[in-house]
Amino acid sequence: MHVYANPARFLKIARPLTAWLGWVGAAMIALALCAGLFLAPPERLQGESVRILYVHVPAAWLAMAGWSGIAIAGLMQLVWRHPLAFVAARAIAVPGTLFAALCLATGSLWGRPAWGTWWEWDGRMTSMLVLFFLYAGFIALAGAEKERGGEGRITAIFGLVGAVNLPIIHYSVIWWNTLHQGQSISFVRWTSTIAGPMLWPLLVSALGFSLLFGAIVLMRMRAELARLKIEARLKRMGAP
Amino acid sequence: MNPWPFIIAAYALTLVGTLAVTAWSFAAMRRAEAQAAALGDRP
Repeated sequence: MHVYANPARFLKIARPLTAWLGWVGAAMIALALCAGLFLAPPERLQGESVRILYVHVPAAWLAMAGWSGIAIAGLMQLVWRHPLAFVAARAIAVPGTLFAALCLATGSLWGRPAWGTWWEWDGRMTSMLVLFFLYAGFIALAGAEKERGGEGRITAIFGLVGAVNLPIIHYSVIWWNTLHQGQSISFVRWTSTIAGPMLWPLLVSALGFSLLFGAIVLMRMRAELARLKIEARLKRMGAP
Repeated sequence: MNPWPFIIAAYALTLVGTLAVTAWSFAAMRRAEAQAAALGDRP
């Protein structure tokens, strides 16, 4: 990982990768959402409302994956003092917040026709709402720390502590009696209870949104590195 | 209950939100990199 600690080396890879991730991700999302809307069959019990799955589940996965990225970046910053770790964590926070909000909103839109309610204070929904608030707190804290000229150590600790919420979200449907359905796909055991014609659009959608998420993170990292370059240059120009 | 208004709202919200954050990030990146390049060209 320290190979990419040099921003110039990182940018050499990030520049072509940004466009590639963005365009391939967008194409996969378009394919998956068209398949989810028009090709995938309705579900036996939930009927047509199951089509919300193709936007809701990738949003949930990416909201959780985003915070995992923030926690890993926090660890790299605190232990190895990786110079790009704080930049990466700040870049992940905004798309992470977006996908946490989309997960909550699309879940609510799915809950109304499927369960007859927009919201229920059960384990899965409440822990996901906590994740959204953690993202908002992270953005505020990172902004404040950067403004005060800090290295982002407090923000890194916040990112690590916040990761406690991730297993709570994951196991909430097992630990508590919940309105939310249980796990349908296990990447550990490599099993799925979802039928093939419904599964492939979900996996393509998740992969497409993941690639786009990566492109957004790279764009935000490039913007932050350019701003740091400007700040350093202006400081040198202003120095006696 | 007709589920289609809920499905359309979920897809629209996802697409609008994702497009907005992508466009915002792209514009911020282009602006910052252009400023950095302009400053780098200065003697």
